[in-house]
Amino acid sequence: MVFDLDETELREVNSRLQAVKPKDNMRDFLLSNPRGKHNLAVGLDADMRARIDGHVGFYCAGMNKRAEIVVNGHAGPGVAENMMSGTVRVRGNASQSAGATGHGGLLVIEGDASSRCGISMKGIDIVVAGSVGHMSAFMAQKGHLVICGDAGGGLGDSIYEAVIFLRGKAASLGADCVEKEMRPEHRETLERLLREAGIEADPAEFRRYGSARTLYNFQVDNADAL
Amino acid sequence: MCGIVGLFAKSSRVEEKFGQHLSAMLIEMADRGPDSAGVAVYRNGVPEGWTKVTLCHRQDPAYDWDVLAAQVSAWLGETVPAERRGSHAVLRVPAALEKLRPWLDANHPDIRLVSAGTKIEIFKEKGHPRDVSKSFQLEDINATHGLGHTRMATESAVTTAHSHPFSTGLDLCLVHNGSLSNHNRLRMVLERRGIEFQTDNDSEVAAGYLTWRLREGDDLETALKAASRDLDGFYTFAVGTRDGFAVMRDPIACKHAVLAETDEWVAMATEFRAIAVLPGAEKAAVWEPQPGRVYSWNREGATVSAPEFAL
Repeated sequence: MVFDLDETELREVNSRLQAVKPKDNMRDFLLSNPRGKHNLAVGLDADMRARIDGHVGFYCAGMNKRAEIVVNGHAGPGVAENMMSGTVRVRGNASQSAGATGHGGLLVIEGDASSRCGISMKGIDIVVAGSVGHMSAFMAQKGHLVICGDAGGGLGDSIYEAVIFLRGKAASLGADCVEKEMRPEHRETLERLLREAGIEADPAEFRRYGSARTLYNFQVDNADAL
Repeated sequence: MCGIVGLFAKSSRVEEKFGQHLSAMLIEMADRGPDSAGVAVYRNGVPEGWTKVTLCHRQDPAYDWDVLAAQVSAWLGETVPAERRGSHAVLRVPAALEKLRPWLDANHPDIRLVSAGTKIEIFKEKGHPRDVSKSFQLEDINATHGLGHTRMATESAVTTAHSHPFSTGLDLCLVHNGSLSNHNRLRMVLERRGIEFQTDNDSEVAAGYLTWRLREGDDLETALKAASRDLDGFYTFAVGTRDGFAVMRDPIACKHAVLAETDEWVAMATEFRAIAVLPGAEKAAVWEPQPGRVYSWNREGATVSAPEFAL
């Protein structure tokens, strides 16, 4: 089913996409002429596919559950924000806060992502074929951020238990983020993520980063702060 | 909030329809700034020794500009017609600003100087960007380049004088998306150095700061980098110059910005949807400016500076 966003109101398109039920026959959608509109294909909640041909604005594919969404273009800030499950693939670049607060699913960015990629991620897996901007994986709690290029400054600042795989260089590491040993189980996870993302990269070239766990443990010396 | 847009024509086709393009971009940013809107456009240069000024009346939007034009003509002994555009008027005067300004202040204290230079014209007004565009007939304007701003006021009053763009010197203007927290202190410092302010607006302080730096001999890039050290707050700035424009985001990139280029134009906007209205936008090269770098365009080409500082 095809929607031309020059012809059909965004709200009508989103309502139709959100109304898809598990056993519906029509579960394939194509959206054309997005022209940077915001909130496209948000809140989908079914095994379905949506492809958007063109550049999208803010918060595309937000809160996605189960759906497979492809953006054939660049994405504005907050793509796949708070995703729960499913797959979101951006064929171009993504702006700030890609995959922010995501709980699950896979976000693939075939170009570069800007600053704050994966900020406060809570279980989502993010694979970026290019580079990411500053403060990526800030306060990231769970999930994986795979960066095939370089990372901007402050990578993984105040990170919790999310895992970062970085192939290139980080301009700097954020507070409490450290390089960690790449053991066989980590390499297996990375191989799986790259395979699922369809990104060609040699897992042997990546380093693993995570939390030194010095910031968020209870320390009796800090009891006065309560 | 607030939205900013900029357009630089690389073809005569875009120059001819400049007003239509810039107006469409401005209206697309109305959701980000419904309180007031304004544009700076660069067009129809005046000869050496002349000054082009945009004026508006402090109280009377229907002021009869022909009366002023007749007085200026009598004073200078040469016919100076006034071209009315909405509540503003453009005068092409055969005199330097140093001569015109004291005469205006002495004879017409109710008339406010909105812009001065050889090519710049600034039109700004309260109201929805669609209405502002209509009242100034922006669609009829041809130009080589220009900037626009839609304002959602957060820290000072909604008036014409508080609207963007702010003039920062001859043929220079500033539009700002964001807010500044040390503007009161900085305004006092700049006033002691002879910079005049018309409002209590934070962005006008940024404009005044650039005026001061440029007056002290900085080039635009050096002035913008100095601004990123001395201004506390978050911002994307776009600065219009006689030959082009420059864009700079704050060092942590608090505010959105996107740039795009085709063979016919270069554009910047707070959101891509404002660029999507331009012809061929779907095939444009699109990228996000990095924080703390100055991106500038003029007739000679494009330059990108190294970041002033990075995380």
